[in-house]
Amino acid sequence: MDNSLLLQVITGSLIGLGAGYVGSFMVLRRMSLVGDALSHVALPGIAISLLLNINPFFGAFAALFIAIILIWILEKRTELPSETLVGIMFTVSLALGLLLTPEPELLEALFGDITQVTSADFIITLVAVAGMFIVMWKISENLMLGIISKEMAQANKIPIQRINFIFLFLVAIVVALGLKVVGTLLMGSLVIIPAAAARNTSINLSQYTKLAMIFGVLSTVLGLFVSRYFGIETGPTIVLTAGIIFVGTLLFKK
Amino acid sequence: MENETILRVENLGVSFDGNQVLKGLNFYVSRGDVLAIVGPNGAGKSVLFKALLGLIPHSGKIEWGQNLKMSYIPQKFAIDKELPLSVGEFLKFKKRGQKNVIETLKSVGIGAEHKNDPEHLLRHLKEHVLNQRLGWLSGGQLQRVLIAWTLLDNPDVLLFDEPTSGIDVGGEETIYNLLKKLHGERDLTIFLISHDLNIVYKYASNVLCINKEMICYGIPETVLDPQSLVKLYGGEAGFYQHQKHEH
Repeated sequence: MDNSLLLQVITGSLIGLGAGYVGSFMVLRRMSLVGDALSHVALPGIAISLLLNINPFFGAFAALFIAIILIWILEKRTELPSETLVGIMFTVSLALGLLLTPEPELLEALFGDITQVTSADFIITLVAVAGMFIVMWKISENLMLGIISKEMAQANKIPIQRINFIFLFLVAIVVALGLKVVGTLLMGSLVIIPAAAARNTSINLSQYTKLAMIFGVLSTVLGLFVSRYFGIETGPTIVLTAGIIFVGTLLFKK
Repeated sequence: MENETILRVENLGVSFDGNQVLKGLNFYVSRGDVLAIVGPNGAGKSVLFKALLGLIPHSGKIEWGQNLKMSYIPQKFAIDKELPLSVGEFLKFKKRGQKNVIETLKSVGIGAEHKNDPEHLLRHLKEHVLNQRLGWLSGGQLQRVLIAWTLLDNPDVLLFDEPTSGIDVGGEETIYNLLKKLHGERDLTIFLISHDLNIVYKYASNVLCINKEMICYGIPETVLDPQSLVKLYGGEAGFYQHQKHEH
């Protein structure tokens, strides 16, 4: 395995790991569609980073950060997921991003290209995923209580709004990281599908989160090798691999 | 001797967006009381609980005693069947150790059918209850697990919003019996919201009837008179009134 492939496999695995973990709680919070729409917001951010010549991760993260603040406010105001508004805002920003992104980079921004991953990308990913794990480990129980019953969590003096904000912040990080692998159009699925597959086959929380991480890593690594073998686009192949895993888990549905 | 007062409420009011949902509530609760809160749908019973817990803004005074531990079971507690969380994991959130968890499960009557065989009971709890998905429990079992969950904190005060919603009629009675047993065993003050006046007569030491405002408050046999019932439930009251005279 040459160095470049090794870098791709390791970076991809880390992202699959993080996407699986954060995704498992997004699925429980019924954020699947929000996650999908959210990933589109990154495009104008990527476009601006390309124009300014900085690492696209930072531009994407900045755009996502603005979006999660919006989602957080909407979640706080109403009990209902404000899906229409989220849908409109996010597709509009996709349209804006399409116009702003320079044409040579557009395909990569939309569908990702892990073969272009650099050592800088690897280091950013490593640091971000490690930090994300520590924070998730700290907040996951309270996050779960908030999912079971917001009122009961509040009565137990759990700062539910703050926990939600921290969680959305992690979502923004993981989505921004994943753009390199599967691009803005497909990142929503890399977060959601492994978690949905894990939910089919697990009874308890620890099994569920672990399986979601394993499926996340499997999707990226298998997808990477399959796409190399057949000489096809990597991003879509990774998402298809995740989809196949999902269908497979339906056979073992609990 | 009079028990210590642990809650004093004066002129409590709650409004949402300019709509007055509750107004002019005055009552107090002593340690060890069982206070039942009754009223028709939309009377503001759950709102009162949230105000007492400090979850929503209110006007007037709510004065709790010092250092009280409160536990609350909300009414809407629908667990998704698909939720990947086991009973054991849920109870572990309280960080009280497995021994405590097992003892508490026993005290809420889970696995009571094996109570004559302690070893079997322990195995049953470990293998079949703690490893079970929370969302797969029946309504009555879930309610017991929730009660166990709140008891793990050793609370002084329990607030139950309609403890029996989603439970069949036979199960209702046993949940109230369980609450009564726990009330006797532990130094507990219980607040419960109920729609069933029979339950109120049987289990509550005090009753507070509200319909956006306070209709009656005191010992059930004394204050639940025909007049308050008509005021509380309108036409529906005939049944209760009749029933009360029979006893």
